[in-house]
Amino acid sequence: MTVPSQLDRRAAVAALLKNRGDALVVSGLGSPTYDLHATGDRDDNFYLWGAMGGAALIGLGLAQAQPSRRVIALTGDGEQLMGLGGIATIGVARPRNLDVIVIDNQHFGETGMQASHTGRGVDLTAIAVACGFATTATVRTLEEVQRLAADIAAPADGPRLFVIKVRAENPPRSLPSRDAVFIKNRFRAHLGFAAT
Amino acid sequence: MHSPKPNPETDWPSELYRILKAADVRQMSYVPDAGHSQLIRMFSADNDVTTNVLTTEEEGIAIAAGAWLGGQRSVLLMQSSGVGNCINMLSLSAIGRFPLLMLVTMRGEWAEFNPWQVPMSRATQPSLEAIGLKVMRAETAEDLVETVESAAALAYESDQQIAVLIGQRLIGKKKW
Repeated sequence: MTVPSQLDRRAAVAALLKNRGDALVVSGLGSPTYDLHATGDRDDNFYLWGAMGGAALIGLGLAQAQPSRRVIALTGDGEQLMGLGGIATIGVARPRNLDVIVIDNQHFGETGMQASHTGRGVDLTAIAVACGFATTATVRTLEEVQRLAADIAAPADGPRLFVIKVRAENPPRSLPSRDAVFIKNRFRAHLGFAAT
Repeated sequence: MHSPKPNPETDWPSELYRILKAADVRQMSYVPDAGHSQLIRMFSADNDVTTNVLTTEEEGIAIAAGAWLGGQRSVLLMQSSGVGNCINMLSLSAIGRFPLLMLVTMRGEWAEFNPWQVPMSRATQPSLEAIGLKVMRAETAEDLVETVESAAALAYESDQQIAVLIGQRLIGKKKW
């Protein structure tokens, strides 16, 4: 149940987003935010430095407001475990343009590398299936991530949740701006909304 | 055909619906609540509004931020017991200056039958203010309608984070 993965998280996120096109990306507190920033800072990235448990749900609100755009919520196993109820809320809302991507190192990497629930057997894809997600998968190799990336822009029948099992490590931080108002206004300007 | 003027004393949920529609609210999230049941029904029947039922109130704070990022206005309905669930997630609205409008029906303060509602009732306003929200409060239907109209303008046009507390006396005694 707790097979360790050797996949490098930065390589995995870079491969996943290599051809993201005009997908909008929200990243969760901690390593997913650093991983996203490491692939290159963009106006259509919204980085979280807090709001633990909220990344996938920010993705939901965004996906509902922008139904013609692909929305990717990049989160960690620790954050998504905190937002388990959100999987039910997204399953009921059934957006066709939202992907929740869990970068799963099976540990609480920000707080001392304690084994997380996914490292103790909890399967987030099974929870997503039970909550009505259209598609789920767990991938462990770069080749599998590349196949996922090739499919990610394709239309979906509902929300999708993909778990990418990665090696438990803390690569050097890649730090985006912590100014949430700046990141918000930049993101909205990218979509054509006036800064307020 | 003659249509009678709505009476805010008895039909305040319809008035709130009218105000929120006029403010171009396009998303509504809620945790089920008897006091909000009419408003929930009206939004759920409205094809121009996306509604989300939540498992816990803080989900709605995150959804509202995502809606705003995507260019839509969102309103969040809950009762006061749910405010306690929101506090950390409200950091997002406060630090990002995300417009936020929460309509909160009060429990535990007027003819309450359940003593377990009382501590959170007491903590509702101070905890919201401690995390940085502006709290507005209404005790009569007429005042509520005006307060929500003002709160919607402040939230969506001035980027404020606002909770409107709806006094339990206004909702009436729970009958079941």
